Amino acid sequence: MIIYGVGILAFCYVVGQIFGEFIGKLIGVDANVGGVGFAMILLILINDWLKKKNYLDTSTEKGILFWSQMYIPIVVAMSATQNVKVAVSSGFMAILAGIVPVLICIAVIPFLAKISKSSQID
Amino acid sequence: MEIISKFLEKNGIVFTFLVVSLIIYFSELISVKATNKKIPGSAIAIIIGLFLAYVGGVATGGEKGIADIKIFSGFGVLGGSMFRDFAIVSTAMGASFIVIKRTGWAGVISLFLGITLSFIGGVFIALLWGYHDAISLTTIGAGACTYIVGPVTGAAIGASSDVIALSIAAGVVKAVFVTIGTPFIAKYIGLNNPHTAMVYGGLMGTTSGVSAGLAATDPKLVPYGALTATFYTGLGCLFCPSLLFIIMKIVFV
Repeated sequence: MIIYGVGILAFCYVVGQIFGEFIGKLIGVDANVGGVGFAMILLILINDWLKKKNYLDTSTEKGILFWSQMYIPIVVAMSATQNVKVAVSSGFMAILAGIVPVLICIAVIPFLAKISKSSQID
Repeated sequence: MEIISKFLEKNGIVFTFLVVSLIIYFSELISVKATNKKIPGSAIAIIIGLFLAYVGGVATGGEKGIADIKIFSGFGVLGGSMFRDFAIVSTAMGASFIVIKRTGWAGVISLFLGITLSFIGGVFIALLWGYHDAISLTTIGAGACTYIVGPVTGAAIGASSDVIALSIAAGVVKAVFVTIGTPFIAKYIGLNNPHTAMVYGGLMGTTSGVSAGLAATDPKLVPYGALTATFYTGLGCLFCPSLLFIIMKIVFV
């Protein structure tokens, strides 16, 4: 049933996010640390396990896949709710302070990708 | 008219499904007819979204873009962090654990490098604009990480509210810039595989920017970029008001 898939996804989300909240508390930070990341890893592991045990039927899978298909529409809604006015009207300094760091980081990507890729072949 | 607008307000999220589906439909149309599929439909849809956010902000003076216009308040729910994170988690279904494990350490390096480089970049710009005290410099540098790290750091070290506002603005500019820029720079930096996507997510860090940018580039890359980016804000909130602030205090008294 589709709801089983949604339920599995919700389980991963809840467990991962709460874990992220606790890690944040633990290191004394007022933010969720990696909650989504933990949830994703949990989903990958559960999905793997269910497939091996043959518990996963297509309709259960559809409950999860529906949400990954809804991802882009959600992103469109998210971008429509960003504070773009502040970004545009906050003056040149804020614009540069937002863009320059991105350019610096872009510059090191090929380098980082290369050193980590070459070590994979070993 | 009033009956309609009241109805739309009450049924916000369903009305949002309708509006977003129309935006995506027209974006696909523009993508095929006007750009010969050179610019992906999702990239056009996201840019339309940002444009609507600007219109909403100007029309209402609020902070939540189009969602501040009452009949479009459903955008705030569908585009809020709960549905966004829920949908991001679901994309992990298509991710390969082997790739993640293999790229793991590059992702960790990219996180620390991303926070440090963004911070330095922000501090550098703040210096050019005449800020010389460690508190303001640290807050603006933190804002260059993400728009959450900026205010969290500023509040922790006692920055003035205008500097905190600046740091938020810098973070928002970053998110918007990464959203729009990613599909265009992707081919120049080799952003076409899960491996580079993980490095990219760690370096850029803005979850909204990275996930939207990758969605417009190649939806298959989203889980990898999002996986590393999700650690960035937390780590930034950890390092900016502590280690990086201490370094700034030593350098700028």
